[in-house]
Amino acid sequence: MKNSQNFINQNYLTYVHYNSPKTKEKRSLLRAFWVGGVICCIGQGFRYLLEFGLGLKGDELSGFVSMIMIFLGSLLTGLGVYDRIGKYAGGGSIVPITGFANSVVSPAMEFKTEGYIYGLAAKMFVIAGPIIVFGVASSVLVGLIYFVGYLIF
Amino acid sequence: MRTISFKNKPVIVATGTTSGPKEGLGEVGKYIDYVSKDDTFGEKTFEKAETKMLYTSIKQALEFSKIKEEDINAIISGDLLNQIIASTFSARNFNIGFLGVYNACASFTESLILGATFLDGGYFNNVICATSSHFSSAERQYRYPLELGCTRPPLSQWTVTGAGALVLSNKGNGPKIVGATIGKIIDYGVSDTNNMCAAMAPCAMDVIKTHFIETNTSPKDYDLIITGDLGAFGSRLLKDLLWEKGFDIQKQHVDCGELIYNIKEDEFQGGSGAGCSSLVFCSYFYNKLKLKKLNRILLVSTGALLSSVSSQQNETIPGIAHLVEVEC
Repeated sequence: MKNSQNFINQNYLTYVHYNSPKTKEKRSLLRAFWVGGVICCIGQGFRYLLEFGLGLKGDELSGFVSMIMIFLGSLLTGLGVYDRIGKYAGGGSIVPITGFANSVVSPAMEFKTEGYIYGLAAKMFVIAGPIIVFGVASSVLVGLIYFVGYLIF
Repeated sequence: MRTISFKNKPVIVATGTTSGPKEGLGEVGKYIDYVSKDDTFGEKTFEKAETKMLYTSIKQALEFSKIKEEDINAIISGDLLNQIIASTFSARNFNIGFLGVYNACASFTESLILGATFLDGGYFNNVICATSSHFSSAERQYRYPLELGCTRPPLSQWTVTGAGALVLSNKGNGPKIVGATIGKIIDYGVSDTNNMCAAMAPCAMDVIKTHFIETNTSPKDYDLIITGDLGAFGSRLLKDLLWEKGFDIQKQHVDCGELIYNIKEDEFQGGSGAGCSSLVFCSYFYNKLKLKKLNRILLVSTGALLSSVSSQQNETIPGIAHLVEVEC
């Protein structure tokens, strides 16, 4: 039996590659830049507000800002606005923490129809799962490097 | 030989079509029997909505044909959901024999070929052929949740929310199915799941070419050559591929996916899905055939045979296309 590799028709693939419509890179980058920037500015705005208004400091401050941004991301997802922002901005709305909230809330909403346990709860981390796994793994790795570096120097 | 020529020429006596609101806005929308105002059709889940849509289409086709339910021998239908649940769940409402088919988006012509063969052989008198697809149920099965904020690449297509059903009979008036060519599965090694049109174009080319050769006809003999859901880019690929083989279909070719939407937002290449060719054929083209504005057409539904598992296991995308020749 042949496997997938045997079927490759390189001439056709090259032809398809050169003729297929391409993503408009400059436009996408510009949109991602300004929307992503605005999201970060909002975050920074909350930071100043909490820092100078409520006098929060350090971990407390960054924790609070994250919570507000996650809440806003989730709320906008629930209202059906965030996917429109994402459609326009691409990476600009995926990279900030609001994008992470969106990636957790959207499958939770979608799979609610299959019940709260096997649907909502089980499928909640379908998209965010890999981010958490590799995020935790890489933070452990970086921590180890930092620790070893601290012992040596 | 992969071409069948039907001696008794089964007649398409009636059709029934249902679609979501977006499909109703396009050029084809005027010809659709029932355009729903919301895409849930009053149901709680999108799978149930698709089931209801298919059920409504079959029911409509049955009413228009004026044939009694007990005189129908079989429903042959398919859809894109896992284990074709929309088809089976809608068929449980009827007291009719059921055959489920799956060839991805080529299911419609497959069901037509099977139905016509049963009638031509004299085994059955009346058969219903139907397919459906739903944007939201397909999206959650093959891609991402609806509310996830991600962009669509320029090669992506928009799964049609719609269902089309038709009643084939061995007597009556209407367009006749005169021949068919069964396609073979062709894989040129396309692995991009967003580029299904490139995976399907070679199959359409092969089946059209085979039909021309085996029936000894040329593109000029047909009023239209209709493909299912190749989209704008796939259509271009198909024309190029056929031109390379010595057939120029530039003048005759139209694509259901290209036709169905007023491309504004982000359907990009046009519609796709099992419901695409059935919805457009059963509404727009059936109407034109009945009014004798079209005399002889080829309907080629194309399907990309991938699943979310196969693409994650780095398999390439094989494609399939079946061809049906219809005369009025």
